[in-house]
Amino acid sequence: MIRGQIPILRIGTTLLATIHIELRDAVAEAFQADVLTTIEKDGAAGLLIDISGLDIVDSYVARIIAETGRMAKLMGTTTVLVGMRPEVAATLIRMGYSMEGVLTALNVDDGLELLGHIVPKQRGA
Amino acid sequence: MIEEILATHELKLVTEDDVMAVRRRVREIAEMRKFDTFAIAAITTATSELARNVVVHGRGGTAKIEEISDGLRAGIRVVFTDEGPGIPDIARVMSGGYSTARSMGLGLSGSKRLVDDFDLESQVGVGTRVTVTKWKRF
Repeated sequence: MIRGQIPILRIGTTLLATIHIELRDAVAEAFQADVLTTIEKDGAAGLLIDISGLDIVDSYVARIIAETGRMAKLMGTTTVLVGMRPEVAATLIRMGYSMEGVLTALNVDDGLELLGHIVPKQRGA
Repeated sequence: MIEEILATHELKLVTEDDVMAVRRRVREIAEMRKFDTFAIAAITTATSELARNVVVHGRGGTAKIEEISDGLRAGIRVVFTDEGPGIPDIARVMSGGYSTARSMGLGLSGSKRLVDDFDLESQVGVGTRVTVTKWKRF
């Protein structure tokens, strides 16, 4: 596994992961491991996954993202997928992949606002 | 309409890196031919699905990319060929896949919805060939 390829930043109680490179198998697995160990170590109320840097999302990448959200959920962290490009949204729906169960927002700002509404203010601050 | 093949590129499909190389090549050609962003995403995504199928299910194979023209429009055709186990029940594979993201079904049926022409030939024990074509819209 190649850990640390996808940066995970902290904004208050939220983690921001920006996927800016092609997700190959090894990177995808390392990314999931990085997200989960960061949640365990420091805790996080919310996780934003920013895919504005991806010009395509195929069923493999869509599955990895949805899976990561479900994994984070098991550890008590709510995930919002942000930054999906118009052509990516159109392609996923046309393929029959609706990303059900994944919360989405237009961009990082909107994602943070959405998390502010749905995540009870339980930690610190 | 008489179809003309303007250029052909043949690439191997054995590893994950090959999948990405084929995908990049298709995108470059679609961009060069000035396809719109939605059409570029569609043919690139279909290529990604089908190339991955060749590597994961077909034990490797090839992708032949053709730059084509029907006199009015530019098009891209990609032929994915493998000598893998073949698909025993094509109808079943093509019909479903909505709920099982991991299955080959989503890759095949999903790809079909992204392109203008889709052709699948498969023989158990011999291999599979999938041909997809995307025409430039505007």
